Amino acid sequence: MSTPVATQSPPTPSSPDGPVRVERSLGARVLGRPEIGAFAAAVVIFVFFFVIAPPFRTPEALSTILYSASTIGIVALGVALLMIGGEFDLSSGVAVTTSALASAMLSYQLSLNVWVGVIVSLVISLAIGALNGWLLVKTKLPSFLITLSTFFVLQGVNLGVTKLVTGTVATTNINQLDGFASARTIFAGDIPLGFMTLKASVIWWLVFVAVATWILLRTRTGNWIFAVGGNQDSARAVGVPVAKVKIGLFMGVAFMAWFLGQHLLMNFSTVQAGLGVGNELIYIVAAVVGGALLTGGFGSAIGAAIGAFIFGMTTQGIVYAGWDPNWFKTFLGVMLLLAVLVNLYIKNSASKRK
Amino acid sequence: MTDTIAEHASHDLTAGTPLVAMSGVGKTYGAIRALEGVDLTVRAGEVTCVLGDNGAGKSTLIKIMSGLHPHSEGTLTVDGGEVRFGSPRESLDRGIATVYQDLAVVSLMEVWRNFFLGSELRRGNFPLAPLDIGKMREIADAELKKMGIHVKDINQPIGTLSGGQRQCVAIARAVYFGARVLILDEPTAALGVKQSGVVLKYTAAARDAGLGVVFITHNPHHAYMVGDHFIILKLGRRVLDRTRAEVSLEELTAEMAGGQELAELSHELQR
Repeated sequence: MSTPVATQSPPTPSSPDGPVRVERSLGARVLGRPEIGAFAAAVVIFVFFFVIAPPFRTPEALSTILYSASTIGIVALGVALLMIGGEFDLSSGVAVTTSALASAMLSYQLSLNVWVGVIVSLVISLAIGALNGWLLVKTKLPSFLITLSTFFVLQGVNLGVTKLVTGTVATTNINQLDGFASARTIFAGDIPLGFMTLKASVIWWLVFVAVATWILLRTRTGNWIFAVGGNQDSARAVGVPVAKVKIGLFMGVAFMAWFLGQHLLMNFSTVQAGLGVGNELIYIVAAVVGGALLTGGFGSAIGAAIGAFIFGMTTQGIVYAGWDPNWFKTFLGVMLLLAVLVNLYIKNSASKRK
Repeated sequence: MTDTIAEHASHDLTAGTPLVAMSGVGKTYGAIRALEGVDLTVRAGEVTCVLGDNGAGKSTLIKIMSGLHPHSEGTLTVDGGEVRFGSPRESLDRGIATVYQDLAVVSLMEVWRNFFLGSELRRGNFPLAPLDIGKMREIADAELKKMGIHVKDINQPIGTLSGGQRQCVAIARAVYFGARVLILDEPTAALGVKQSGVVLKYTAAARDAGLGVVFITHNPHHAYMVGDHFIILKLGRRVLDRTRAEVSLEELTAEMAGGQELAELSHELQR
């Protein structure tokens, strides 16, 4: 028992003492990535619209597509991380509106600096996220039910409170308030690049994707997110703080919803209280198309970004091609079905014995 | 293989020292009594086998030791001090590591990520400090190789390994992180003959390195190959408690198969 068990390892000339392992081929590793299906689909769709719709080929069109993608992608990113952690959030669409309304009404009604509204709205948003997570951890109910309740509660609160405060279903224009100009520059400014002009939200979106990717793959927190989604009981048994991770993920979605809410507010300087219903499903679809498994434990931040980019391309591409925009929803359904099939195939081949 | 385990095992372990002791431990889930009045001592350098049929209370027993559920009566002492674990982390911090039959690993995560899950190496101690991925890969790779666990690629998802290999990775992980007491929950239940043999070898190696091993199984043959002390549970109660010298494999098998009840049944069924 004192000598190592003979394992018949193939010799490696370069490092005779080093570990002897067989590297999987580059092809196998690339095909095992969660975002590969989305990437292929994005290329096909891009080429398709590039060929059939001449206006699609201009830099201005690319700028519009990226902007459209960023408004989906920012929250979809938080949703993707939550889904990798094994949970859903159906309240993310209306939470965006809640954050914008809170910020707009606070600063207008109390005649405060816009930034005060922005910060208080952040606190409210994070509290909603924390409440979702806390309820989930405490009751152990499916996140579907908990966030469905939050969805209805927020939808009602958005309309009810706005009507009580302003008498209408939209907030008063806030563009005359102190701090609006600086807040607009940060959340919704235009960034001239010479050949095209980008919205600040696009830049923020790309920064968030980079940060999320780094968290997922390079930090302990990321390791825990995958573990909690992949096998909650195993994770708990080796000492991962499952409850904290889940609450944190819900707060992450809430942060992203807050950011998009502030962007919309600064971009249009007023918000409709009924906005956002239905968007939660688009965020989920973008995450799933980007390779996130509905059952958790697998997915990527870049995938969710590609998923959002696909939807940005399609919403704009349909317009550029001169078609009826109503077809977008049909496209959404087809993409979701294809994505689920591709994900299933990848999951099966990744967990199969080789 | 033994050398590897001995290298990481705590040096204060002397064979025969009681590490974990249970006295009159019981557990109720609402109106259901899952475990009642169990006495058990886990000693360094010994394998304590806990046998029992489904529903005998084996899982409840290990859940108490590993901190998943606190006990509701009796006393649990670790290294002479009374404890009551509120979370698996507390139990791990006292050097008690559990390798579960079904929830040993996260199958979609890479081998090295599984090896270090919950005890990741980081370059710094601030929130979101980067992981030391290179070093973790290297250590996981070297540890597995030293123990003779041959995986194709340390970066492959652990779900692509065989059941026996997954158990061995989990055991290697527990030993590497300085476990003093190793609880193995039905490690051979889902395995073939050859793979069971490999797992039993690691169990023996862990014992020889001075760890206290709790081996949960319903297979008396596997238990008798490595065990020093045998406890049989039935409906939450201890029905047999003997050392290896006091019991034969035949007695153990008969007791596990139902003992007196089986004899009566066979008498009834006689034509």
